[in-house]
Amino acid sequence: MWRYSLGRLAGAIPTLFVVMTVAFFMMRLAPGGPFDRERMLTPEVEANIRKAYNLDEPLVVQYGIYLSKLLRGDLGPSFKYQDYTVVELIGNGFPVSFRIGITAIVLALTVGGAFGTLAALRQNSLIDHAVMAIAMIGITVPNFVMAPLMTLIIGVYLRLLPAGGYGGGNLRNLILPTIALALPQVAYLARLTRASMIEVLRSNYIRTARAKGLPGRLVVGRHALRAALLPVVSYLGPATASIITGSVVIETIFGIPGIGRYFVQGALNRDYTLVMGVVLFYGSLIIVLNLLVDLAYGLLDPKIRYD
Amino acid sequence: MNILAAPHTAATEEVAGRSLWQDALARLARNRAAVVSLAVLAVIALLALLAPWISPHPFDDVFWDDIRTAPDFAKAHWFGTDANGRDLFARTLYGGRVSLLVGVAATAVSLLIGVTYGAIAGYFGGRIDSIMMRLVDVLYSLPFLFFVILLMVFFGRHIVLIFVAIGAVEWLTMARIVRGQTLSIKRREFIEAAVAGGVSTAKIIRRHIIPNSIGPVIVYVTLTIPQVILIESFLSFLGLGVQEPYTSWGVLIADGAAEMETAPWMLVFPAIFLAATLFCFNFIGDGLRDALDPKDR
Repeated sequence: MWRYSLGRLAGAIPTLFVVMTVAFFMMRLAPGGPFDRERMLTPEVEANIRKAYNLDEPLVVQYGIYLSKLLRGDLGPSFKYQDYTVVELIGNGFPVSFRIGITAIVLALTVGGAFGTLAALRQNSLIDHAVMAIAMIGITVPNFVMAPLMTLIIGVYLRLLPAGGYGGGNLRNLILPTIALALPQVAYLARLTRASMIEVLRSNYIRTARAKGLPGRLVVGRHALRAALLPVVSYLGPATASIITGSVVIETIFGIPGIGRYFVQGALNRDYTLVMGVVLFYGSLIIVLNLLVDLAYGLLDPKIRYD
Repeated sequence: MNILAAPHTAATEEVAGRSLWQDALARLARNRAAVVSLAVLAVIALLALLAPWISPHPFDDVFWDDIRTAPDFAKAHWFGTDANGRDLFARTLYGGRVSLLVGVAATAVSLLIGVTYGAIAGYFGGRIDSIMMRLVDVLYSLPFLFFVILLMVFFGRHIVLIFVAIGAVEWLTMARIVRGQTLSIKRREFIEAAVAGGVSTAKIIRRHIIPNSIGPVIVYVTLTIPQVILIESFLSFLGLGVQEPYTSWGVLIADGAAEMETAPWMLVFPAIFLAATLFCFNFIGDGLRDALDPKDR
């Protein structure tokens, strides 16, 4: 398993390299630059700034400089957030996004998985239709509608929880954003679990397990659930990567200092290094999580072995 | 003998006349949720399409005496007015035009790229396939939002570019589906027959591979359209979508969310239209999937 994992990670390096190169040149080819301001700088000042950030070199040379720094783990200074390096910005923001994101994922998996299983076991019953209707609402009402509505009702009218702000990581401040982040995922996971559970429950080995007199909860819990979780797990890999790197919408609406907003702000500000940093970070996370997905497959499905 | 055989052949012909598609359509017609969704969607699409004739007000006229007023039937502001005093009913319908147009056009772009790409990769197989699909994997690991934002920044915010940009991102899954289909289709006898008959590769892909992989593609299309509409609203919400005075459901929702406490109707009406449309597309997609699934006969 370790050999397999190491091989996979090594094989991912060219992928990351391509991702980096594409992102670098796309970003640089876009018109505008990080120091375009309303107020014009004097040419001398601008030339000095450009020199300090190596922006006066030809693009290929800049690429070389970036690459050599990257290999030493240096993502460079941010252009917009002066006095901060990109590594610092990600280091400060990621724990915040991660904390909310991972809670949301765990919440979504438990609630969505439970509802999906329940609906599959009682296919075409009232419970099934109710769960699927709620899940459909979760998918079709975008979270930039859901989040303000939740803030309005729970935060402003009922005053049960703070309507926004991070509050230094106070738990009460995190409940609403976590739920808002989890809701669409709950809906997806419920649908996914239901579909694969129905498929699995029709298979022969489940009939065998029932025929030999195994109690229903063991048939479902020990035999069916494992197989039914396979598609769920492969959805979870990329989903987790995008959720723990933060949601722009949720972080903007609730005023949370995560890294989700850097994706949008960085591109708009032409903060070249910051955008490169978050893109590479996200790309690496995807690769690691996809590997974890494949390893989880090995645990869930005895037919798959990585030796 | 001949007299007896004649009616017999007539009967078999009648039975054989039902194609896979007629079968699927009949099954879809029995699915109540899908039929209702089709009807609702048709109404919404007609409202959007006929907006200039249905709406009592133009979408960009400012009513100075009615700024941010609640729904008012006497003045024919059925959905109220927005913060600039423009009729919200007209704006919701015109926003629907943009949202639906983006949804359909971007999906068409993704269909064009994805189907061609997937069919080529699957049909040629081998090294070409693994290089082409490797590229798809790489693109999957790019944060797509960044991609779209860059494209918007790169080309300016023009509506045509919104759907080209979204389409250029959404084709990945389509390509995977078509590739999978192609892999199984290309081993069938009729492809072998076509190759033996000297049909050119391009023609085999166009005439045989693509038409035969259309089932799952149609299902995925009906699920992509709502996804694209959602992405457009999301971009608009971030201020990267269509520009004033034009509007889309996403822009209206973003404006409405900002005025939620003082003018809730500004959020509620566009949100209902958006959610209803997404609802319908999803139900139709699910219905089509069930109808085309050979296991559920």
